[in-house]
This record gives sequence, C-alpha cells and structure tokens, in this order.
Amino acid sequence: MMRENPADLLPELLILGSAVCGLVAGLWLPRHRQRIVAAVCAAGLAGALAATALAARGPRMTTFDSFELDTTTHAVRAVVVVSALLVLGLAGPLRGHPRESELYVLVLLASLGAVVMAAASDLLVLMTAYLLASIPGYALAGFAKDARGTEAALKYFLMGALLGIVMLTGMTMLYGAGRGTAYPVLAGGLAAAPQGVVAAGTVALLAGLLFKAGAVPAQYWVPDVTEGAPPVVAAFVTTVPKLGGLAAAFRLASEVLVHTSVGWRALVAVLAAATMTLGNLAAFGQDNVRRLLAYSTISQAGYLLVPVAVAGRSDLAEPALLFYLAAYAVTQLGAFAVVIARGSDDLADYTGLARRSPWLALSLVVCLLGLIGTPPTAVFVGKLLVFGSALDGGHAWLAVVMAVNTVASVFYYLRWIVPLYRTGHAVPWTPRHAASALAVTAAVLSLVLGIAGGAVFAL
Amino acid sequence: MLNLVIFLPLAASLLLLALPRLGARAAGVLWIATTALDLLLVLGLWATHDGGMDHQTRLRWIPSVNASYHVGVDGLSLPLLALTALLFLVCAVYSPGRGRGFAALFLFLQSVCLGLFSALDLLLFFVFFDLSIVGMYFVIAGWGHGDRLRSALKFFLYTFLGSLALLLGFIGLYLGAEPHTFDIVELTAEPPLADSPGAAALVLLAVGIGLAVKTPTVPVHTWLPPAHTDAPAAGSAILAGILLKMGVYGMLRIAMPMLPDAWRRYAGVILVIGLVSAVYGALVALAQENVKRMIAYTSVSHMGYIVLGLGAAGMAGNAAAHRLAVSGGITQMVSHGLLTGALFLLAGVFHDRAGTYDMGRYGGIARGAPVFAALTAIAAFGSFGLPGLSGFIAEFQIFTGTIGADGAATAVAGALALPGVLLTAALFLRMLHRTMLGGPGPDTGGITDLRAAETTAIVPLLALSLLIGVAPRFLLDVIEPASAAIVSLVSR
Repeated sequence: MMRENPADLLPELLILGSAVCGLVAGLWLPRHRQRIVAAVCAAGLAGALAATALAARGPRMTTFDSFELDTTTHAVRAVVVVSALLVLGLAGPLRGHPRESELYVLVLLASLGAVVMAAASDLLVLMTAYLLASIPGYALAGFAKDARGTEAALKYFLMGALLGIVMLTGMTMLYGAGRGTAYPVLAGGLAAAPQGVVAAGTVALLAGLLFKAGAVPAQYWVPDVTEGAPPVVAAFVTTVPKLGGLAAAFRLASEVLVHTSVGWRALVAVLAAATMTLGNLAAFGQDNVRRLLAYSTISQAGYLLVPVAVAGRSDLAEPALLFYLAAYAVTQLGAFAVVIARGSDDLADYTGLARRSPWLALSLVVCLLGLIGTPPTAVFVGKLLVFGSALDGGHAWLAVVMAVNTVASVFYYLRWIVPLYRTGHAVPWTPRHAASALAVTAAVLSLVLGIAGGAVFAL
Repeated sequence: MLNLVIFLPLAASLLLLALPRLGARAAGVLWIATTALDLLLVLGLWATHDGGMDHQTRLRWIPSVNASYHVGVDGLSLPLLALTALLFLVCAVYSPGRGRGFAALFLFLQSVCLGLFSALDLLLFFVFFDLSIVGMYFVIAGWGHGDRLRSALKFFLYTFLGSLALLLGFIGLYLGAEPHTFDIVELTAEPPLADSPGAAALVLLAVGIGLAVKTPTVPVHTWLPPAHTDAPAAGSAILAGILLKMGVYGMLRIAMPMLPDAWRRYAGVILVIGLVSAVYGALVALAQENVKRMIAYTSVSHMGYIVLGLGAAGMAGNAAAHRLAVSGGITQMVSHGLLTGALFLLAGVFHDRAGTYDMGRYGGIARGAPVFAALTAIAAFGSFGLPGLSGFIAEFQIFTGTIGADGAATAVAGALALPGVLLTAALFLRMLHRTMLGGPGPDTGGITDLRAAETTAIVPLLALSLLIGVAPRFLLDVIEPASAAIVSLVSR
C-alpha cells in the first residue's frame, strides 16, 4: 500500500510555499522594502525547521514511493534549513539591490532541491531534484552581472548541464539493466544484470553527484564560482548543494550499490583520496581568501566521500557523514561570514584584524582551526567518525591519506590565521555588524556541536 | 575537586579575555593568584590521595562511540599534576607585565595540561593533546623571537602529524575492544586486540609514532630545537617541563597497559630507540654554541633515558628491576620538569639582557651576576645527575632497573647509555666554563644579576629538586604503587 500523505512533505512544502510567496511579493514591493521577502523566506524556513523537528520523531518510512523519511533526510533537512537561514542573514551587502528578492527565492529553491536530492529514493526524482538544486545556482552565480560573475555562471552552467546529461545517461542504463527506477527495485534487479552495464551506469550517475559535491573530477567550477560570484552566493553554493549531492551519493551507495558486485567502493575511495589531495595542494599558493576557501571545500568534499566509500560496511558511516556535513556547513559559513564582515578577499587585508575586531578574529580562528579538525570544534568529531568508519570499513589506507592531508592543510589555514595577530597597516574599515554577529554565532555553534556532540546524536 | 583544578585556569583565562580594559599589572596579579590557588588545590588532592584512582568523574560525551568525559587521579598522574601546577605558577611569577593575552593563553594551556594528565578517556586525552599543540603554537608564534613563525609552523605541523597518527591508533584500540569503547579504565582492564598480534603491532606503531614525536625521541626530534630556541623563556619552560612529558605519560598510561603483548614483543626496539636518543641527544648537545639549543638537546637525551627504562620494563627479567626502571622514569619526568624548567628560565635571562644565546659572546658572568651564575650551576649539576639533586635519584633508578633486569640485552643497553651521563656532565661543565667563568666576553657587560621576580620563580624549582634528591620518600611513596601496577599490567 503506497503512502501518499502530503503532510509527510510539510518541510518541503513550507520552503516551496515561502519561495512562491516571496516571488509574488517581490513583484509588487518597492526596491527599498524587499527585505520583507527575506522575512517571508526566513519564516518559511523556520517553519520547515519546526516541522522537521516534529517529523524526526516519527518512524522510518517511504512516502510517495520515492521519498525516504529517515535519519539522513531529517538531518539534511535541518542542516540545509539552518544553512539557508545563515545565508539569508549574510545577504546584507546586497540589500536594496534591484533583484534582491530573487536572491532569496533562488536560495530557497536551490535549498529545496538539495533536500529532495538527499531524500530521493527513485532515479527520476533524483534527476528532478538535481535540476532544482542546480538551475537556481547558475542564476545565483551570475547574480552580479559583472564579467567575472558571468564567466563563473557560464562555467558552472556548462559543466552542470554536461554532467547532468551524463548522469541522465547513467540513469537510463541502470533503468534498462535493473528494470526500474525505484531504489528497492534496482537493488534486486541490478544484482542479476550484466556487470558492464551496471558499472558504466554507476560511473555516469556518480558524475552528476560528484559535480554537486564539488569533488574530483568535477571540481573545476568551484574556485571560479567561489571567487566570481557575490560572497554570499559563494558561501551558499559551496555548502548547501554539497549537502544534497553527498547525501544522495550515500543513499545510492547504501541502498543500491551495496547489492551489486561492481567495484564502486574502490572508485569512490580513489576519488576521495584524489579530491582531498588535489584540493589541499591547490590551496597552498592562494592569496585570495575566497579561492583559498574554494580549494579547502574541495578537500573537505574528499573527506566527506570517505563515509560514502564504506557505506554499508561500517555502522559509523552514516553518523560520520551526517555529523561531518552539519559541522562542515556551520564552519564553512562561519568562515564566509568573516569574509563578508571584513569585505575583502585579499589575504593581506586580514593583517591585524585582531586589533580592529578581536571577536571577528577569534571567530575566524575557531572556524579555520575547525576546518583543520582541531578539537573541540565540531569538525573534529566529524573527522573522528570518518576516521573510525574508514578503519572499520577496511580502508585503513584512506584514513592514512586523510591524516597526511589534514596535516598538509594546516599550512594554508595558518597562513591566514597568523597575520590576524600581527600589527597591521592602518587602512580604516568598518566590520559589517550583521555578518560579524553571524560569524560569532557560527563559531560558537561549531564549538557547541563539538563539545556537546552527544546531545546531537541523541536526536 | 579535580574538575575545579582542571577548569579553574580556563575560567580565569576567559575572565581575562572578557575584561579588555585590565592592565598588564592587574592581569599578572590575577594570573599569579589563579595559579597559586590551583597549586593549593592540587596539594589538597595529594593530601587526600590513598593509592588508587581517586576523584573520578564520568559524564556522557559522545555516547554513540562510547566516549565520555572521564577524569581521575592516581600515583602516575598526581606528580605530573603537581609539577604542572607548580611550573605554571613559576612562569606566572617569572613573567610579570607580559600582558593580558599572554596570561590568558598560559592559563588556557594550564587547563589543557592538567586535563591531559587526568584524562581517563582516549578521546578526551586526544582533545587535550591536540589543544596543547594549538596553545603552544600561539605562544611561540605570538611571543617568540628570531625566526619564530617558521619554528612555530614546524612545531605545529610535526606534532600535529604525530597527533593524527595517535588518533588513528586510538581508533584502532576502540575498534579492537569488545564492546567498542574509548574508556581508558575499561581498555586497561581488558586489553584490546589480545588475539590479533598483527593489528596490535600496527596500533602500537601508530600510537608509538604519535607519542615518540611528542616525547621526542630520535629520529623524530627535529622540531624541538628550533621551537625551543625561538620560544619565549616561559614557553620553553612549559614546552620542556610539561608538554614533553605527555609523550612518555601516554606510553605509561596507554601504550603499555593496553598493548602489553605488543609492548613486550617490540620492547627491544623501544630499548634501542631510548638508547640512541639518550646518547645521540647528548652528543649533539655537546656540539651546540647556542645555550637554548643545547638545553633542548639535553632534553632529548633525558627523555631517552625514560624510554630506555620503559623498554627495559618490557623485556624478560625480574619484576623488581622493572618496577625500579618505571619508578625511575616517572621520577625523571618530575626531575626533568623542575631542572630543565629552571634551566630554560635561566637561559631566558641571556636573551633578555643581551639579546643572544651564543655562548661564545659571554664569559666571566659569575663576577657581575653571582646569583645568576650560582643558580645556573646548581641547575646544571642537577641536570647531569649529581647526587643530592633529583636527577640522580631518577637516573640511578633507571640504570639500576635496566642493568639489573637479569638480561644480557638490557645490561648492555644500560651500559651503553651510561656514557650519555658523562657527555651531559661534560657539556654542562663546558657551558659553565665558557659563560660563567674565565675572562669577560663582548656581551658580558649587559648581563645584570637576577631580578627579584626571576629569583623568586627559579629558587623553588631548585629547592624542590634538592628536596627530592635528599629525601625522595614523599614522592616515591606515590610513584611506586603506580609503577608496580604498570609493570604487572605489562607482564600479563
């Protein structure tokens, strides 16, 4: 008996509803009062968070035959919603922009796509969600309509469109081989199907998900978009779509691929190692903090692929992925909040930040040490679980590669931390208050998640 | 009470950060008051200690991986807690007027060190282990001199790599235990990986690398000399006096009791590493022109004796000798903390007065600065093991335990390590000759005698070393039950 209760999708409907209301309201509001749209969107997100909290108490089930309501879905819902709320708060520099309300609406729609990606247990729904998560992203990347933004948007769009097609091809192959698009059907059908087709289909399907995650070999858009788009957009596209893509990859791996005998684990493990290494090496020489953060997110995507590679083999894989996603999102947004509060991308401009604004500097230190994975920040607990899942799942070499990469990453994060405490040149500037407050909030949240991590697992 | 001991400095550190208008003087007073109170509390712990594991607290932390906030004190941790509290108080007295940030950072570091020596959960241990690296990085990078950023970065990268190896080892222990747990007491009671020697060897390798970097032993000691040379005097004293002990403490608390089979199987390797560190460290120290680098290398040598003793405790032989070697190791941790802490604070005087550590630029200091010269001489004599000071008690026990363990290998290793003591004596005497005696060097004129704060800070360290050297019973009464327990755990 198929369950078709729209109330199961209440968080998604609330996000969609507030996006539509925001769009309509934006048509009528004068330019200087578009902030109301942000309020509408934030209210919708707050409602979605409350609905998620309620839904998380319910039993695990499948609704509409294609939408899973389980820990992964609830966790990604909560993290995406909180991230989107932070992003709305960071949009201060674009206040009064002619298309301000579009920004909010696009952020909500892309977030909705990310949530549905994480929850989808049917290839067609996954494809729809991929498009929903991607297309608003392309528009956001070119939001400023300047040369660099346009280049970034074009690169993002071309790559997304190409890999979207590849992904659709892969889905077609899996559909043909497994005689269905729903994961439970595929899990049974693919076991008996010809291995070559399954392998080719899996690789093609993963291409799209890796694009969303910003992992090798689909990482080329990340630095350009992070540097070229407005900072708040950069903060958004390096966090939220990643959540959807990685959760979808994990669901695909743990519900479908574990039943096949193709060597997908080795593929994902090698890609994870390549992603973390490449991201770290490329981040070394960056003097632009946004490019530095871009490469750092690529390396983080590598760490996040590790639990995917051991999905189904270690009980730690799922908590590792979910906790790391939450920790990463908060920390990354905190670092971007500092960039927005400072209003500069040049590493040299951060010299002496501690003197001008000690709390902002301290937040940045916490967030960057967090990205390294130093205790007691949230990413440390995430990394610990990822290490544990890799060793438990029989990929000890991956844990070693990850440890070496973590040490290498210290180098470029410290390049950013150290100048904060030097005496700087006296170019006067004023920190943006809203972004500063959010930076401190994110840093505190990262510490709280790290110290009181147990409380989160209890949920 | 233990929790108060651990978190009191952290609370004071946050208080300092929250009071931006506080002057350097007031910050210094608050710093001294906090550390003094903390030392009194630790002495209270000592007074109420009854031999077992006291003052335990266990709170859920990350239940899904069975990690908890679990702390307690026993005869192994108590001397180190006392040493930590004392050395941080001494640093507070030594560095008046360094400002709010310096005091806050040191108070933070104090909480971290106290937490590490009382942690009874591997994850909690790791958290404090890592935070000690972060704290010391900022001490060197923020208040050091010379090429401080480079030294600080080398220190961070090197020890952070070690800490990640340690983390992998801890996860190995966690996965090897049934049921999975990070709790040190449970893991000690039932050693994990008892029936898979290959995995146990790998875990010991990972844990061993992590702890060896921190100790440090040859060949992973190269971060130490630059870090010491460019750190501020108080930072060096803490780095040598407290942070280096974390490596050896980890061997005693984690590696030996949890991996007894692997420890016994590879005791020969550990013995050789200890031997090489002891002799090589002393040889390289002999060749140094820079006072601080020289003391740094003698630290490598002194830590080498401890590792030698712990290796000997894993070889075949009689248990009484093993107990002696382990007791000597623990005594050496305390003694080295006192004496090398004092030596680094004294070395700081060179830089403070004349801006250089180069021995060749001094000479005849004893004439103009007799107190400075006398205290340096006492610390140096203690450091190479002159009877009457704590170094002798420690090294005597280690050598007796190693050579007397009824094994040819240990006897040979102990005999080979003995020249290290001779080398250390030679190099310290050479330093005293070149700086304190003889004719004046180009920078001798700048050296004025110790200020009241410096004398007040250094004298208690040397006095305590003398007390241990003359009447060690009060310390050994605490240490010996702990070392007996460790030896019986290793030999199961």
